[in-house]
Amino acid sequence: MLLTAADDTFRLDANLVDYLLVAMYFAVVIAIGFAARRRVSDSIDFFLSGRSLPAWVTGLAFVSANLGAVEIIGMSANGAQYGLPSMHYFWIGAVPAMLFLGVVMMPFYYGSKVRSVPEFMRRRFGTGAHLVNAISFAVAQVLIAGINLFLLATVVNVLLGWPLWVSLVAAAAIVLSYITLGGLSAAIYNEVLQFFVIVAALVPLTWIGLSKVGGWDGLVDKITSSGGAEQLNSWPGSELSGFSSPIWSIVGIVFGLGFVQSFGYWTTNFVEVQRAMATKSMSAARSTPIIASFPKMFIPFVVVIPGMVAGVSVSEVVALKSGQDSGVEYNDAILLLVRDVLPNGLLGVAIAGLLASFMAGMAANISAFNTVFSYDLWQTYVKKDRPDGYYLAVGRWATVGATAIAIGTALIASGFSNLMDYLQTLFGFFNAPLFATFILGMFWKRMTPTAGWTGLVAGTVSAVAVFVANQVGVFTLPGQGAAFLAAGTAFVVDIVVSVAVTMVTKPKPVAELAGLVYSQTPKEVRTDPDAHRLPWYQSPTTLAGIALVMVVALNVIFD
Amino acid sequence: MSQEQQEKHTAGAFDVRNVIAALIGAYGVVLVLMGLFHDTAEEAERTGGLAANLWAGIGMLVFAVAFALWARLRPVVVDPPSEPSGEPDA
Repeated sequence: MLLTAADDTFRLDANLVDYLLVAMYFAVVIAIGFAARRRVSDSIDFFLSGRSLPAWVTGLAFVSANLGAVEIIGMSANGAQYGLPSMHYFWIGAVPAMLFLGVVMMPFYYGSKVRSVPEFMRRRFGTGAHLVNAISFAVAQVLIAGINLFLLATVVNVLLGWPLWVSLVAAAAIVLSYITLGGLSAAIYNEVLQFFVIVAALVPLTWIGLSKVGGWDGLVDKITSSGGAEQLNSWPGSELSGFSSPIWSIVGIVFGLGFVQSFGYWTTNFVEVQRAMATKSMSAARSTPIIASFPKMFIPFVVVIPGMVAGVSVSEVVALKSGQDSGVEYNDAILLLVRDVLPNGLLGVAIAGLLASFMAGMAANISAFNTVFSYDLWQTYVKKDRPDGYYLAVGRWATVGATAIAIGTALIASGFSNLMDYLQTLFGFFNAPLFATFILGMFWKRMTPTAGWTGLVAGTVSAVAVFVANQVGVFTLPGQGAAFLAAGTAFVVDIVVSVAVTMVTKPKPVAELAGLVYSQTPKEVRTDPDAHRLPWYQSPTTLAGIALVMVVALNVIFD
Repeated sequence: MSQEQQEKHTAGAFDVRNVIAALIGAYGVVLVLMGLFHDTAEEAERTGGLAANLWAGIGMLVFAVAFALWARLRPVVVDPPSEPSGEPDA
């Protein structure tokens, strides 16, 4: 687990200027909460930002919502351990799915005017699939918010020496105050701000780190001379996938990571899709994930590369790579690099950036949770037909409740760190079959409500079964192989069960599928009537084409 | 379109680009001051001789000016409330 060393290995010598820079950041965060509050007049304002934001804002929020603790700590750790193959998590494991979401799926999400991804599920498949999706999503979000909060508090505790519970409560109070005040607008504007603060922290870190090891050539020389030449090519990435055969490694990465895992996550996760729903037009909604794909393909240069630099320059990580026990883990790589190379001043920016990143993750989870809880669970199953102001109040209380539970989860996590790792793996199981059910449901009007929920349950159970079989030793796949296989199995089982059940159950009347299924949706509903008036740089499909060419080029350059 | 043009109402200081420019710009000022007046020997030892605070600070200032200019030249126009019951725009 991250940072178990409770000694001074990680203590940063932050001075008054560093604290000032951190304080400036938090002052602006709270001010955004108050500013956004002035515009919150009804529940659509609170939950979906009044569907009014420009695409570049929601696009950056889309990236930022995912740029949390797990991403920065985890991907720099991968960089230190595996080198350039870690780029696949961005170029193969994110960008194609984001483009697919924008080009193919967003017309249905946005055009049907649903307020959440589970609500799409309810309109397409009815109560069974809706409950499976809404409850598993809501539970997962609160618990993941707890994990993010725990990581944040741990970092504050270790870097600055604050007691764990003080950091926990302080961080939770800040996130709580700006979300209850300003709802999704505050969360999104803060995510955009966080994006720039994170970049302002990571770019100088990468620049100084690279300069200290003698530039890119120096890094290549040092990695080569330490016997890690395969870490300098992104393909075939055998160390990462755990498949020793290069062919199987490529197949595993492209299908396991690139297709099943990443499409399941990016196209059905409401935390992400919610950001696109907050836009003002269909074109802006479709552009959100597509605009996000551009920063997404360059983020690894300031996350993975610092990890690689740490792998050859930070003494503890170098020792770890050569197989010695140096008392640190790969997860500590980026923090140790910060400790080694940043002077006071930039150190403050880096601490602000790291705290920003960890809060971004938690705020995204909580703002998605309160929407699903209020609209999908409370309004649908508990108290129907109340005035709009009632659901706005429910949303605010749900935020308070979720934050309290997240603090509880974080406290549990501080005692049982392995438990949290398993929980996170478990939530991954819900994602893989979701994509199968959504894509079948969007393009096959015959698919029945019963097939909707049975496919989801069967897919999830099969993913858990593969995972357990690997854990207890029925078969053994190293590295990420087991996770890829579990996701792939879930996808196939979901499709097979959905098709089989559809054959023997009754479909929904075709009239109820307008806006939800491709063949039943008039072209005006799934396209933007003003699309022909937009300049080329606002056309979703043109942008997606450019992004695709660029990501292929990156793969070729760093082959 | 003609109705929108009559009631142009810009977001001004609430434009998120101005907020970003202000924070990053303030960071730039602090870093430039640190780079000029703080213990540069210690800094050089950590960074391997780079004047990192100074250059990063200048970079952030350039970025902040660019963002403020963008917000000034292409202001966000706040749409008038679509429903009569809506509160006035901030």
